[in-house]
Amino acid sequence: MNIPMEHGILLAAILFSIGLTGLLVRRNVIFMLLSVEVMLNAAGLAFIVAGAARGQADGQVMFIFILAMAAAEVSVGLALIIKMFKIFNSVDIDKADTMNG
Amino acid sequence: MKELLWLVVAFPFAGSLILMLIGKRLSRMACAFVGVGSILLAAVFTFIVGVGFLHNNPSSVPFNQSLWQWINVYGLTPNIAFHLDTVSLTFVFVITFVGALIHFYSAQFMWKDEGFTRFFVFMNLFVGLMLLLVLTDNLLVLYFGWEGVTLCSFLLIGFWYKDSANGYAAQKAFIVTRVGDTSMLIGLFILFMTFHTLNIQDILTAAPSTWLVSSGPAVLTAFLLLGGAIGKSAQLPLQTWLPDAMLAPSPVSALLHAATMVTAGVYLIARTHVLFELAPLVQSVMAMIGAATLLVAGLSALNQHDIKKVLAYSTISQIGYMFLALGVGAWSAAIFHFMTHAFFKALLFLGAGAIITVLGEEHNMFKMGGLRKKLPIVFWTYLIASSSLAALPFVTAGFYSKDKIIWMSYASDKGSLWLWLAALLGALLTALYTFRMVFLTFFGNSKTEPTHRPGAFITMPLVVLAVLSFAAGFIELPATMGHFTLLSDFIEKTLPAANTLHFSYATELLFQLISIATVIIGIFVAYKYYYNKPFPAAEPERNKLQAFLYNGWDFDLLYDFLFVKPLVFLSRIDKNDFIDLFYKGIESLMGALHKVLSATQNGKVRRYAMSIAIGTIITLTILLFL
Repeated sequence: MNIPMEHGILLAAILFSIGLTGLLVRRNVIFMLLSVEVMLNAAGLAFIVAGAARGQADGQVMFIFILAMAAAEVSVGLALIIKMFKIFNSVDIDKADTMNG
Repeated sequence: MKELLWLVVAFPFAGSLILMLIGKRLSRMACAFVGVGSILLAAVFTFIVGVGFLHNNPSSVPFNQSLWQWINVYGLTPNIAFHLDTVSLTFVFVITFVGALIHFYSAQFMWKDEGFTRFFVFMNLFVGLMLLLVLTDNLLVLYFGWEGVTLCSFLLIGFWYKDSANGYAAQKAFIVTRVGDTSMLIGLFILFMTFHTLNIQDILTAAPSTWLVSSGPAVLTAFLLLGGAIGKSAQLPLQTWLPDAMLAPSPVSALLHAATMVTAGVYLIARTHVLFELAPLVQSVMAMIGAATLLVAGLSALNQHDIKKVLAYSTISQIGYMFLALGVGAWSAAIFHFMTHAFFKALLFLGAGAIITVLGEEHNMFKMGGLRKKLPIVFWTYLIASSSLAALPFVTAGFYSKDKIIWMSYASDKGSLWLWLAALLGALLTALYTFRMVFLTFFGNSKTEPTHRPGAFITMPLVVLAVLSFAAGFIELPATMGHFTLLSDFIEKTLPAANTLHFSYATELLFQLISIATVIIGIFVAYKYYYNKPFPAAEPERNKLQAFLYNGWDFDLLYDFLFVKPLVFLSRIDKNDFIDLFYKGIESLMGALHKVLSATQNGKVRRYAMSIAIGTIITLTILLFL
């Protein structure tokens, strides 16, 4: 079966929007990290769909890159969250506004 | 021996410098040792130099010691050089001896103060600059010392700088004396323009042949120098700073604001007496200022309740006597009164300081009382000094010096009955306020208990000064009482003798009896109204006239109205003119831009994400649709 490219791109756009909305409205920094993951995967999906539509492997190569980067991002992000929790005793991102200039 | 003169000046400066540089690392004891020792050495060397100066020198030829040339510009070549004659020797003697006693006293008085080292840095510096002022041979170095002692006065009035009132008092003293200093500086410019030198002796020699008596420049210069002297010596109309200067520690009041610094004006006039003799108008103005000041300050002293304020106004009043003496040409009488005044007024301030300390910082005389039995040494020494201040006949130094001024204000060719009456009324007031102070402080019921006895370092200088304020009078006795003229002979080797009109002994005796009677009446009235009277232990109630006198004739209000308010008004107008408006516009524009930019830097991660998202959407929109 053949899924039209528009459907895939549309799904990716919806996923990206959900992720972005989550990033903007959540204050819990763990959920924000999850939202960033959703957005990353939306971007990955768009690459896959585009690659499939053109019948080239480039999209899948990019997705593997994104996957590797996401893994690194999560580990760094979680480490930062632990550090942040130690300093501010909270995972509320609005509490971490000491760079207010 | 007199070649050691430079050491007298060098020791206090060295003491100040040592304490300034390494005072923080020295122990308190070492600081006291350096601070007191430097002045003590200066006193010892004054004695040695004095003996060397008088030895085999019957006519007291002045001794000049030139150290080096200070600067050389356009014919102005002032030397760092000392000129020792009988007048400067008298001043140096008083400065170093009274200074040494006061330093001795301070070592115990300031012992627990955290600024102990700082105190001695300022005090030593003051003594050094004062000696420089008195000993120098040219007016430029004199002016340097003159400004230097003003600086020390500022630093020491504001010594306890954590209380803002002290800071304001220090600024007031600085600014008010500044007015006089400016006038003096202009006088120095005129002198340099005319004589092309600032060497005092050269000017004094050249002046009579250059200027005619009462000629314009002579009168103007004398007036300007008088302005400087008035500012420094707290005479009308620049006297307002001295009562406020009483916020300084008591030893400072004793040394700077009673014994030495405030008499610098007297010294300046005596030093440049030739210029004043060329301007008889200025001299009579000086006599009138002195007479007016001694009355104004005497009446204010009578209405004070703070013991140090009484002494402050009394100092103004006594320096008024010195100006009166200078004004009628009785130079040696002024120097004589300067000397006795230095002894007894320093003693009074030190005694007041001791009382204030043992009563737990109580300044109000109405809350004292009954200290006669509890502080016997302070009482007896204070009584001797007070008698000397009030000019108690025959036994005190103050009597002989003041009596001479009162007599000269009538007998001199420049004197008059009015000046004599003012001096006499002043003597009445002095006796009255002095014994009011003594009766309130030492007699009657005890209202505040002393916490401790003053220590030996505090009482010893009191005793020495008491002996001096008793004995220093006998070096000069009036014609009617033995006619002994040691001091005036000594001084008149440098300064001319007063021109007296001829009066018979009977006249002089009559005038003296009147002044003696006046003093006794004054003491009796004080006894009648203040001895053992049950005053409430609080600030006394005052009617309008008394409040007016208490506030020093409201000179502060007058100056506030005449100078401060208009200046503030003008600067407020000036602050809002169109030039400032332009620069203010730039400033507020920058402020607004800063606010916009700093709003973006709020530290909130979600806002940053939002602005990235919005920015992306806007960019995409532009790329897609344009």
